[in-house]
Amino acid sequence: MSLFFIVLLPFLGALLPGVMNSAGRAACAGVTFTVTLLAFVGLLTNLPAVLAGEVVTARVAWMPELGLNVTLMLDGLGFFFAMLILGIGLLIIAYARRYLSRDDNMGEFFTYLLLFQGAMVGIVLSDNILLLLVFWELTSLSSFLLIGYWKHLPEGRQGARMALAVTGMGGLAMIGGMLILGQIVGSYDLSDILDNRDLIQADPLYIPALLLILLGCFTKSAQFPFHFWLPHAMAAPTPVSAYLHSATMVKAGIFLMARMWPVLSGTEAWFAIVTSAGALTMVIGAVIALFKHDLKGLLAFSTVSHLGLITMLLGTGTPFGAMAAVFHILNHATFKAALFMSAGIIDHEAHTRDIRRLGGLRRLMPVTFVIASVAALSMAGIPLLNGFLSKEMMLEEALHTNLFGYAWLVAGMAMVGSLFSAAYSFRLIGHVFLGPVRDDYPAKPHDPGAGLWLPPALLIVPVVVIGVAPFLVEPFVRLVTSAVLRGTAEMTTAHIKIWHGLVPALYMSIAAVLGGLLLLWLYRHVLRGWDALPRPEAKDIFDGVVGGSARLSERLIHGLHNGAFTRYAMVGLLAIFAAGYHAWASGSTGAPTREVQAAGPVPVAGWTMLVAAVLALVVMHRNRFLSLILIGIVGLMVSISFVYLSAPDLAMTQFTVEVVTIILLLLALNFLPNRTPVESTVLRRVRDGGVALIGGLAAFALSWHYLLRDAVATPISEFHLANSYKGGGGTNVVNVILVDFRGFDTYGEIIVLGIAALLIFALTESLLAGPVRRRLLNRAPSQRRAGDMHPMMMVILTRVIMPIVLLVGFYIFLRGHNEPGGGFIAGLVVSIGVVMQYMASGFAWTSSRVRYPYHGVIGAGVLVAGFTGIGSWFVGKPFLTSDFTYVRIPPFDKFELATAALFDLGVFLAVVGAVMLSLESFSRLARRANSEESEYPMDIDPSRERIVPDAPRTGQEG
Amino acid sequence: MEFLVASAIGVMTAGGIYLVLRLRTFPVILGVSLLTYAVNVFLFASGRLTVGAPPILRDGVETYTDPLPQALVLTAIVISFGMTAVVVMVGLGAYLHSDDDHVDDVPEGETAEEQP
Repeated sequence: MSLFFIVLLPFLGALLPGVMNSAGRAACAGVTFTVTLLAFVGLLTNLPAVLAGEVVTARVAWMPELGLNVTLMLDGLGFFFAMLILGIGLLIIAYARRYLSRDDNMGEFFTYLLLFQGAMVGIVLSDNILLLLVFWELTSLSSFLLIGYWKHLPEGRQGARMALAVTGMGGLAMIGGMLILGQIVGSYDLSDILDNRDLIQADPLYIPALLLILLGCFTKSAQFPFHFWLPHAMAAPTPVSAYLHSATMVKAGIFLMARMWPVLSGTEAWFAIVTSAGALTMVIGAVIALFKHDLKGLLAFSTVSHLGLITMLLGTGTPFGAMAAVFHILNHATFKAALFMSAGIIDHEAHTRDIRRLGGLRRLMPVTFVIASVAALSMAGIPLLNGFLSKEMMLEEALHTNLFGYAWLVAGMAMVGSLFSAAYSFRLIGHVFLGPVRDDYPAKPHDPGAGLWLPPALLIVPVVVIGVAPFLVEPFVRLVTSAVLRGTAEMTTAHIKIWHGLVPALYMSIAAVLGGLLLLWLYRHVLRGWDALPRPEAKDIFDGVVGGSARLSERLIHGLHNGAFTRYAMVGLLAIFAAGYHAWASGSTGAPTREVQAAGPVPVAGWTMLVAAVLALVVMHRNRFLSLILIGIVGLMVSISFVYLSAPDLAMTQFTVEVVTIILLLLALNFLPNRTPVESTVLRRVRDGGVALIGGLAAFALSWHYLLRDAVATPISEFHLANSYKGGGGTNVVNVILVDFRGFDTYGEIIVLGIAALLIFALTESLLAGPVRRRLLNRAPSQRRAGDMHPMMMVILTRVIMPIVLLVGFYIFLRGHNEPGGGFIAGLVVSIGVVMQYMASGFAWTSSRVRYPYHGVIGAGVLVAGFTGIGSWFVGKPFLTSDFTYVRIPPFDKFELATAALFDLGVFLAVVGAVMLSLESFSRLARRANSEESEYPMDIDPSRERIVPDAPRTGQEG
Repeated sequence: MEFLVASAIGVMTAGGIYLVLRLRTFPVILGVSLLTYAVNVFLFASGRLTVGAPPILRDGVETYTDPLPQALVLTAIVISFGMTAVVVMVGLGAYLHSDDDHVDDVPEGETAEEQP
């Protein structure tokens, strides 16, 4: 089967358990099992090729410009790990089916499990380090979901968070390291990197890369001082612990060290760091494990210890060490998974994992006893079980390792580690299964059904078989080891044997077992001494660090963002000033290249009015009506300056927008207070004034500076000017840019405008649905109402003007392509025409006569514009390609038909809809405020005076 | 001419900034509007100033002003109307809900701490 399928299957399969949830627990587990089995079988189909020494690859270019390709590679090492992941995965799935209770959402569990499985398989099969990093992060994320699966348990949540924080941080470090490696080699393909040992080790960046990658590996594989997360991850359901901590998650770091072994190992730095970290972890883990009373806690620290052992072996950098490491990975996966599952069975049946409350289970749970004892004895290093063989190799390797010039250092630590390892293994057997049967178990323990004990029992088979007949697996171990070495070192000639003769390693083994038994015999006294020992609690330190950084960032964020807009604005302004100053101070400018144009009296007059209006606005802004008028003057002056400075389209747009904005603000002022009270201190006003002055001066300086200089490069508008008529068929270049050259921008902008209007509508709706509605209804007008709210003059005038406005809008729209105008301006003009009707005759009267919903108008506009763009697909052109032609219908002159005009129609509709919907929403608020509504267009109507009051009349047209 | 435009941009920016730093919604909205004018004119001026040469193609006319900033500013003007309307609505909604149009409300968590 293609490697792609092996990696993809778990990910695709992850969709199924969630879907199958309602089909029952068996179906859920069944489908998960089937998916994993398929992947496993697919992996096995590649076995002949791997055994023949080939490297199976599969390759698809994903983002070649980034060096990121989906490249998969299956060699001995990858096959070995994938087999462990999928094989033990199968047993775990079968076990979890029986382990999880009816309250647990099984579909969710198996979905997470398959995600995790796929990510793990992805790591071990990746041939691209960037891809590997993606999978690496995926394992951190999916293990977070698995560890925190029991969301109701605070320990579960905390453990999951801690695991994510530690492994995620390591992952970040590793990204850095991997990128450095990729930079050194010039390729992100693992096979290229692994072939460049000399290049990498000679590079000055080798040490940083090594440190960063090791940080990733150590955090993942729980090496000292990052070992603390693993025991806390034990809050997960036992199948998760068994899976994550025997064959998968924590082995990912080990895998990566083995994978990078050819390029990273063999240097002083590698040897010193990896060996000492591994040896320390081994000893610390083993010592703590002995004193853990929680069964899973004991196993967790023993896992830490064994991972340290493997790390230490990889650190020695010799082929024999690598072989011992590979062999121990296999052995540890088998006996540790079996032990975790046994612990789960005990927890499941006795309802406690506390070793102090257990004992005597031998008679009550004979099957579990056999399984757990064989596995524990293997862990202790008893001959004829597989743990003995790899431990023997480890001791042998340790004896030949000379760390920091002390020949005995590693051997001594290995000895201590083995001794404690034997002791906690014996404790597990002795304190849980041996001893008298008690009568105070939380639940009456008995052996579970085959569904729970069969998976660990199956794992016991290789424990014994390998232990008795190591020659069966030796070729495979050698194959995997040679994949680790990748030809960088001579393959060792040593063989895996039960009996090596009376070698020092054997004496050490015997001493470790005897010492372990002695420790257990003296356990009560040793424990008392241990409890009296002051020990740092890793969780407290971790929580302290996390809490401290959280407080620090909280203080920083609350200092910058305290919820007050004024603070945000001030911080933002100062940051802009700083960035602007930096750009100004570090940049360079040329001499002025443009002449200053003389200004006539008209521009000076306009400028004077504008500046006076702004100054007056600042001084008199407390009077809100007055400030509206003043800002209107500013807008007017800006519009006029656009006319003067050759921008007729802009002037028309600015002018019409000005009108609707003022109407909008007037509507808002209907509710807001009319005056702004004096609140800020003089000091504060002076400070704000200073900041404003700096900002104004900076804006002035910048504009002044570039207005006197030509553009450094030819502006792209040369192209627009040259092609507007030839390519776009219009002489108004601004309009052609809007609807043709940059039509996609415009399309986005009308959508934004439509969304803004819909947002306003939605806000109004929610306001009117809430408690505000009553307040609005009961609100007393803040000012005297006009006696004549709908004056006759205005009503008549707006009615008369309406068709003219529509005609003008139509005209502006049509000529837009060639003369100043276009959809935007036409839309605004027409909106103003309609708004005037509202103003003249009131909301109720007008809205009962407007027969089309403005939402629909917005939608129609966006759709028309969109379909115009899509239309070009039918002639095989990209989205929004425009076309035009000239037609002549006899009575008229020759005129142009352009698809761009259709697009402009969409713009027009969207603008009309958006403006009208916004203003209408505001008026709806006002309408609720004044409940009395007239059904007549005007209050004083001479034609109505003669009508008999009794006669019902509705729908009077003005 | 250049001085007039540049100084107008500066004056509008300064006025806008001052008003944005006020404590009530209405002046802040006016300030944002002033800043919008300043930014729009600033962007427009990046095409440099030309009098009497609108970008409407005519036979025999060679010089035109830069049309691209105009097109960009045109949409910016319309969009800024939409944004102003949204901000006014948000401010109005907040005022109607709480009868308070301050913009410098302290987050609820902090006031709770200050008033034990």
